[in-house]
Amino acid sequence: MTAVVPALPGCPSGLAPAAARDTKRGYSGFVRNVGDERAIDLIVRGAKCGGCLSKIEKSVFALQGVTQARLNLSNGLMRVRWTGELGADRIAQTISDLGYGVAAQAADPGADDKAREERSLMISMGIAGFAAANIMLLSVSVWAGHGEMGEATRKTLHALSGIIALPVLLFSGRHFFRSAWAALRKGHANMDVPISLALSLAFGVSVFETIRGGEHAYFDAVVMLCFFLLIGRFLDARLRRQAHAAANALAAMQISAVTRLNDNGSAVSVAASDIAAGDRILLAPGERAMVDMRILTGISDVDESLVTGESLPRTFSPGMTLHAGAINVTGPLRGEALKVAEESLLSQIGEMLEAGEQRRSAYRRIADRAVSIYVPFVHTTAVLACVGWLLLGASLPEALMIAAATLIITCPCALALAAPVAQVVAAGRLFRKGVYLRSGDAFERLADVDHIVFDKTGTLTLGTPKLEGIQQNGCPVPLESTEAAAMLADAASMARVSHHPLSRALVAIAGPGTVLEGVHEIAGRGLEAEVDGQVWRLGSAGWTGAAAKGALHGPSLWLDQGVAPAVQFRFVDDVQPGAAEALETLRDQGIGLEIVSGDQNSVVASLAEALGISDWTGEATPQEKVARLERLRADGHRVLMVGDGLNDAGALSLAHASLAPGAAIDISQSASDAVYSGGLEAIPVILRVARKTRSVMRQNFALAAAYNVVAVPIAVTGHVTPLIAAIAMSLSSIIVTLNAMRLQIEN
Amino acid sequence: MTIIIYLIPVALALGLLGLGAFVWSIRSGQFDDMQGPAYRILDNDDDTPA
Repeated sequence: MTAVVPALPGCPSGLAPAAARDTKRGYSGFVRNVGDERAIDLIVRGAKCGGCLSKIEKSVFALQGVTQARLNLSNGLMRVRWTGELGADRIAQTISDLGYGVAAQAADPGADDKAREERSLMISMGIAGFAAANIMLLSVSVWAGHGEMGEATRKTLHALSGIIALPVLLFSGRHFFRSAWAALRKGHANMDVPISLALSLAFGVSVFETIRGGEHAYFDAVVMLCFFLLIGRFLDARLRRQAHAAANALAAMQISAVTRLNDNGSAVSVAASDIAAGDRILLAPGERAMVDMRILTGISDVDESLVTGESLPRTFSPGMTLHAGAINVTGPLRGEALKVAEESLLSQIGEMLEAGEQRRSAYRRIADRAVSIYVPFVHTTAVLACVGWLLLGASLPEALMIAAATLIITCPCALALAAPVAQVVAAGRLFRKGVYLRSGDAFERLADVDHIVFDKTGTLTLGTPKLEGIQQNGCPVPLESTEAAAMLADAASMARVSHHPLSRALVAIAGPGTVLEGVHEIAGRGLEAEVDGQVWRLGSAGWTGAAAKGALHGPSLWLDQGVAPAVQFRFVDDVQPGAAEALETLRDQGIGLEIVSGDQNSVVASLAEALGISDWTGEATPQEKVARLERLRADGHRVLMVGDGLNDAGALSLAHASLAPGAAIDISQSASDAVYSGGLEAIPVILRVARKTRSVMRQNFALAAAYNVVAVPIAVTGHVTPLIAAIAMSLSSIIVTLNAMRLQIEN
Repeated sequence: MTIIIYLIPVALALGLLGLGAFVWSIRSGQFDDMQGPAYRILDNDDDTPA
């Protein structure tokens, strides 16, 4: 059996960008012994399609001794089992070499709890659904046999319903009881309090009626209510678990080994958490920095894309500070740890994410506000009805029965469905437009937006360099000319050995071709080779000895072949197609636009000018991005953040609402409310749908309230039968659902 | 009408059978990955790892 070695790194369908390769080390600490086999759990990022699945699984399975390799495409968790001498680092390296991000899965008790909660909600939902179907069967018989059915038959059917409903109440209903009890103990009420009360009162009254041989039992209402509400709960739990998994993925990135240099010069591999400030560290080419460090010796190109969002590597030399998360590309670097791992940039971004989550969960949704009105209203009405009937001379069971009926018929079904249904329908509509929504309440926040902050690279621009022009001696060489083709072929024959993004961009234009013998890469400078006694150089202007005269600004590669003047290959990071139109639409809606980027001021300024945006900030660190958002918030703005890099993640989670493009790294995608594919034209569409969704949600709450205005008098006057309760419950839910369906219609 | 004395338990038993299957499928992890299996079936390579 042979491993499938694909030509292109990353997802073959292009659904996710290929991850940067780095050297994998320190995975042996995560290996477990299972019987006589060994096992490890890995988190794989960037696997999106069936091609990824078979590519990764087959390559790992082809390794010596691997007995099981299974990747869960939904959460990116990969389980590998093997026997023999194979090292865990080798497995991680194999996946990394395929172009996927990989990290060891740390023990995360939080994730287990969440998975268990979701599973238990699913089982509860299944049981409630089963019971609802079976009790409905019996209830319909009772309703249909009204007036003809004998008391004994009715009593039997009621008793059977009760027997089916009891486990549902105890098992499926426990989610509501537990939450209501927890809230009551803290001295406040939540939605689960009226639900629990309605469930237990309805059940109690029904048992009483059954024993008495009465005509009405509400077991069907109890389980139906349970079933509907559990569906909502389950969807909610699933969304929250996905959000938690994102934070976990960030934590997993921090778990890795660092090479520490001891005083006697020997190198030891230690866990990143064991590094103290002041320790000497060796960062080999291909390795990812785990702590912030200051460079002492060595020069190298460093890929900081994860930290700053900037796609081009920067050259680092002694004295410069390297942040955790950056990958060393060319030469070895020795440095001094500035902080311990917990204080490094990566951890700080993790903390920012958490802070943002908390801020966001404090947002009072329309549903929350509706509940705060609904709960006191319904309870007061029920109590008043009970007291009123007692005063009018009704017996205590009769009065209690009416109070219970009030609670059941004002059941929060329509209320519980009003927001989620609208969100699901709107999310479906956006999904067909290539927008994937991460949280349901995002619509409400997106609808509020009055100011948008954009990241530059990868958001307003494409984020990958593209060859714009060739120039020699100050004269442009037309790209279509045979001369240009020859220059390109020569440059590409050297560039093919390099991982530098500019080299790759050059090769992408040149297409397939030969590779020059003896090309070597010099960190921070470029590529060098000897051809027929001449030294060929491809790299920076200073190194190739190119005349700066007439040179154009911007990222460039210079080709010096020793004889003629050096050739300049100039690259640009193109503006996203359709960006100008999209920004114009947003401006027409009176929304403020702003760019906050980690890139150089000059680059940001020229882009801002080209797009007609007057507010811009360049060279912003992740903390400064967050600070800028805080300031805007303090000024009373509802800010939408659009960004893709790890440096944006903190800002994304802190903004009132946030969006990430489909090519963004996983952490940014999870920190944002929605992920859009394609260009910026998606943003006006998202905002329009969000505003429409908010208005439909408001209508739904108004409908639910109107329904109660009709239902409450019927209940209070004592005219509610189980049939009326079931019809009212379904009717209100159907009306709310139908209203939400209007969101499907495009206008 | 006495037939319902048999039919109701039969209906309940069948329902419980379905419920049992549902609970079993959750417990055995069949709902853990909702995307992967759809692709796995398209891969007719005999080498597919177990």
